[in-house]
Amino acid sequence: MSTVAAQNRGFGAVLWDYLTTVDHKKIAHLYLFGGGFFFLLGGLEAMAIRIQLIQPENDFVSAGFYNELLTMHGTTMIFLAAMPLILGLMNAVVPLQIGARDVAFPFLNSLGFWLFMFGGLLLNCSWFLGGAPDAGWTGYVPLSVTSPGHGVDFYVVGLQIAGAGTLIGGINFLATIVTMRAPGMTYMRMPLFAWTTFITSVLILFAFPALTVGLFLLMFDRMFGSAFFDVGLGGNAIIWQHLFWIFGHPEVYILILPLFGVFSEVIATFSKKRLFGYTAMVFATMLIAFLGFMVWAHHMFTVGLGPVANSIFAIATMAIAVPTGIKIFNWLATMWGGQITINSAMLWALGFIPTFTIGGMTGVMVASVVADYQYHDTYFVVAHFHYVIVGGTVFGIFAGLHYWWPKMFGRILNEAMGKLTFWTFFIGFHLTFFIQHFLGLMGMPRRYWVYLENQGLDLGNQISTVGAFFMAVGVIVFLINIVYTAVKGEKVVDDPWDGRTLEWVTASPPAHYNFKQTPLIRGLDALWIEKTEGKGRPTPAEPLGDIHMPNSSFLPFMMSFGLFIAGFGFIYQVNHNWAYILLFGGMAIMLGCMLIRSLKDDHGYHIPKDELESEAD
Amino acid sequence: MSHDHSITPESMPNEPEKATQEGKNKFIGFWFFLGGETVLFASLFGTYIALRNSTADGPTADELFGLELVFIMTILLLTSSLTSVYAMYHMKNNNFKKMQLWLGITAILGLSFLGSEIYEFTHYITGYDFTFRSSAFGSAFYTLVGFHGGHVTFGMAWLIGLMIRNAKRGLNLYNAPKFYVFSLYWHFIDVIWVFIFTVVYLMGKVG
Amino acid sequence: MKGWMGKIRAFCLLGLTAFVLSACGKENLTALDPKGYGAEQSFNLIILTTVVMLFVLVSVLIVYTIVLIRYRKKKGQENYIPKQVEGNKTLETVWTVIPIILLLIIAVPTVTATFNLADNSAASDSLNVQVTGNQYWWHFNYEGQEIQTSQDLYIPVGEKVYLNMKSSDVIHSFWVPTISGKMDVNPENENTMYIEAKEEGVYWGKCAEFCGPSHSLMDFKVIAVSQDEFDQWVQDMQNVDPEAEPEKAVAQEGQGLFQEKNCMSCHAIGSSPAQVGPNLTNFGDRSKLAGVKDLNKENLKQWIMDPESIKPGNKMTGNYPEVSEDEAGKIAEYLMQLQPSDVTPESAGKE
Repeated sequence: MSTVAAQNRGFGAVLWDYLTTVDHKKIAHLYLFGGGFFFLLGGLEAMAIRIQLIQPENDFVSAGFYNELLTMHGTTMIFLAAMPLILGLMNAVVPLQIGARDVAFPFLNSLGFWLFMFGGLLLNCSWFLGGAPDAGWTGYVPLSVTSPGHGVDFYVVGLQIAGAGTLIGGINFLATIVTMRAPGMTYMRMPLFAWTTFITSVLILFAFPALTVGLFLLMFDRMFGSAFFDVGLGGNAIIWQHLFWIFGHPEVYILILPLFGVFSEVIATFSKKRLFGYTAMVFATMLIAFLGFMVWAHHMFTVGLGPVANSIFAIATMAIAVPTGIKIFNWLATMWGGQITINSAMLWALGFIPTFTIGGMTGVMVASVVADYQYHDTYFVVAHFHYVIVGGTVFGIFAGLHYWWPKMFGRILNEAMGKLTFWTFFIGFHLTFFIQHFLGLMGMPRRYWVYLENQGLDLGNQISTVGAFFMAVGVIVFLINIVYTAVKGEKVVDDPWDGRTLEWVTASPPAHYNFKQTPLIRGLDALWIEKTEGKGRPTPAEPLGDIHMPNSSFLPFMMSFGLFIAGFGFIYQVNHNWAYILLFGGMAIMLGCMLIRSLKDDHGYHIPKDELESEAD
Repeated sequence: MSHDHSITPESMPNEPEKATQEGKNKFIGFWFFLGGETVLFASLFGTYIALRNSTADGPTADELFGLELVFIMTILLLTSSLTSVYAMYHMKNNNFKKMQLWLGITAILGLSFLGSEIYEFTHYITGYDFTFRSSAFGSAFYTLVGFHGGHVTFGMAWLIGLMIRNAKRGLNLYNAPKFYVFSLYWHFIDVIWVFIFTVVYLMGKVG
Repeated sequence: MKGWMGKIRAFCLLGLTAFVLSACGKENLTALDPKGYGAEQSFNLIILTTVVMLFVLVSVLIVYTIVLIRYRKKKGQENYIPKQVEGNKTLETVWTVIPIILLLIIAVPTVTATFNLADNSAASDSLNVQVTGNQYWWHFNYEGQEIQTSQDLYIPVGEKVYLNMKSSDVIHSFWVPTISGKMDVNPENENTMYIEAKEEGVYWGKCAEFCGPSHSLMDFKVIAVSQDEFDQWVQDMQNVDPEAEPEKAVAQEGQGLFQEKNCMSCHAIGSSPAQVGPNLTNFGDRSKLAGVKDLNKENLKQWIMDPESIKPGNKMTGNYPEVSEDEAGKIAEYLMQLQPSDVTPESAGKE
């Protein structure tokens, strides 16, 4: 009913609705849209990189521009594509899975999105304002401090704003899962995606502040003349690497753990079996998260930290392989003896298992310190992390999108196009990256604008570029599929996959209050239990009554917009006095909105009982 | 439940800050936020410890710091933490006036702390020509202590805003969590200061 | 059906291509054909870890294939509901313990090798070279030998040579894949590593830490020669007279221009420690120009007139008076005849 109403409204009304919404399902749409947009942008950057490397000493792009491309490709894909797409899936599904009507902080949820969006836009404005950042997504000092122009300033300020949004999102999910679970939904009855969301949010909470501090130090050095990284004044460049990787390594798990959750859901549903070793899976996730904070220095084996530190971090890193292995085997055991349906969503999960195993394999290989002296900063590492991030995160996002698309939009994605997307992308992926393991060992360091002739690197790079085009085709087919589905896709029932978890109880798409009556949860796989042992639907835990809902608000948009403006102020105050107008003006908008939010009481509103009664189930 | 948040002595719950779902969310969410803040300060402390001897021939910690002023500042902030505890005690007894009084005292102590800190910084800059740009040590010192000072400043604005906003309408279930969360924040600031006192000033004098 | 068959076929194809390619790789550049002590240590671990991990991969793929063949939904049993298994403690233990054992097999040699390569106890009795990384060239100062040179590092074969490395600007990383793994060159502390070449040869070195626009053009060479040849080279380098007048008249003019155009304010010839720009003592013997171009007069003229066209972002561009083509030719003549030693890259044999 709400979609029909939306279709009848004008474009302006829909736009205003999205600008002010605090509904987690609409925020999910925003995250998917924003993340998808940046994913395409990052993909274009990747294609430019691959075209430049199609032949030795190519001059498709200049050296400076190439460095901007590689920096923005990494930064965009990690912070502006993968993270928001993951947050989009979490927003769309987690409250439904735990039987909540909303998240704990709907206002902050919206603020988190807009901060991410404006941070990402700010970062990308650099393309048009004198050049993008060019010091790598890792922004190692002193290169990033000495990089001329404003590029790196955009990196610092843009990531700071987007990072604040992510942190807010993390806290929101933590509080939501702690306080808003439906009656009977104990922690050990939560679907694995809710669990991985919870643990990921813990990682976000404890990892992002280290990045915040690192970015502040870099910002102070670049803009306000401090000396953290200035060797002449006693500064130390290694501090940045520590801070960055104390954030950066947990970030890798932030990117992968939620998708482990997605695969667990998809594999269980399409094997028609309960997830094998649920408890082991939960504790393996916790162990991975915990160890994820203990291994940051394995990115720094060649820095010269000494053999003791290197050995300790090597062993801790190898230890992570154990819980990861547990997961792989539990997924296989889930499918063992099952009734496996292979459709687009399941294909991505099936493609993930061998791909990610290879990524994990090379992960153990790079943990072996002395071997890493060869791998480090070469295409071997590039191949390794693409195997885990694309093979895990991107495959997982595709699996999640195909799986939950009907829940989110009420229409099912076209199967034929879904399979075509998978096969082109999957084959293209392995073509692109498998060969890069060997390129690295054959002497090709990463972030190389050109490679020389007669160094035996030509064929490998050509194959790699060809593969990249296959991946691009896969993505284009997916885009066509989205448009096709929106226009012609078949409408679906509430539970098209014969699902096991609570989100499949709600309508597709769910009503804005999710559940008319909060359900009572009787065990793991709440819906499956009711299908096999009950009435097919969970029993309500409460009588039908008024539902309390939060008010929409334009303030999150305005606050983020204020920071966006102030960001330009910070960047340009270094050499332009007029920038102070932007700086103070932007901060005034932001703080003013904060003040309004604090002073004006906002109690939300209630949907009266009789209105709910008149609506169909 | 009714949509009314007002409370009377009879309907006063034991923990007014957690009596509503929103209150519960705020309470939990803020604890998580403080967890993140801990990592933030831990990173700043780590940076400071790494750079505290990198004075680049400028003034050293030992030359700069005088423990008398810092001791007074410590007393001011610790006391303000205690007075905010009194304020929360009166909140639970639904005694709004006394709560406001103790919050007022907290604010005065906090502002005195801020005043002392500003004096301290001015003293280093004018007396020793020791600035943010002097050396890596200078950058690390002003950043760590300044971040704490910034948190105190924000806390003061927050507290005074809360007190003024709610002066006329008294305590209810809608604003009780707000006061409570502020007190959590204030204790956190206090704990951070204890670490600053130890790591920056005591270790600077002794270490 | 097509699904897994296609996947397996894709894997085989990729594996085959990979195998063929791995057999190539350029000699004296690839890490897969080690000719130095460090590179051998790395290579042994690479092989060990690959074998152990392939064992894991193969086990996973076997189970995976069986699952996909046996448990796909079949016609006629669409309504079959599989048994809802909770888990199995024995299995969980098995796939926890076996990986731990496998990891121990990797961990022990890893730690041993790590300590082994970090052992600098023999440094004081060996040849020590101070290595300085610069955007985008390398400087080598033979400690206690009064030899300064850039870009080509001569070492005696079969000897441990200790490199004490520091950067003058941003972080670089010293990597000669065939001889040894890499180590970062940091601006604030000196890192020490040793290299030992097992065979004579000219080995490619690359900068492996992102350092700016010409990061990919910061190549250098390690030239391993016999001990006798090395001693000869040391002697020749120590006996260089920086002011020696060239034989050819054009070169003499070039020498004059070299001073006139202020080249000396950055570049040194001889053992002067100045190193704003590369030391040019044995420039005529260099294996490459600017690390990446063939060393010949045409390329050198281009470099002198417009270094930006060869190495974007280099520090020479714009820091010297304009040089005409004619002048550049003369300077090139002068530089090309700076060949103080008979021990050259050719002495080390193949490149």
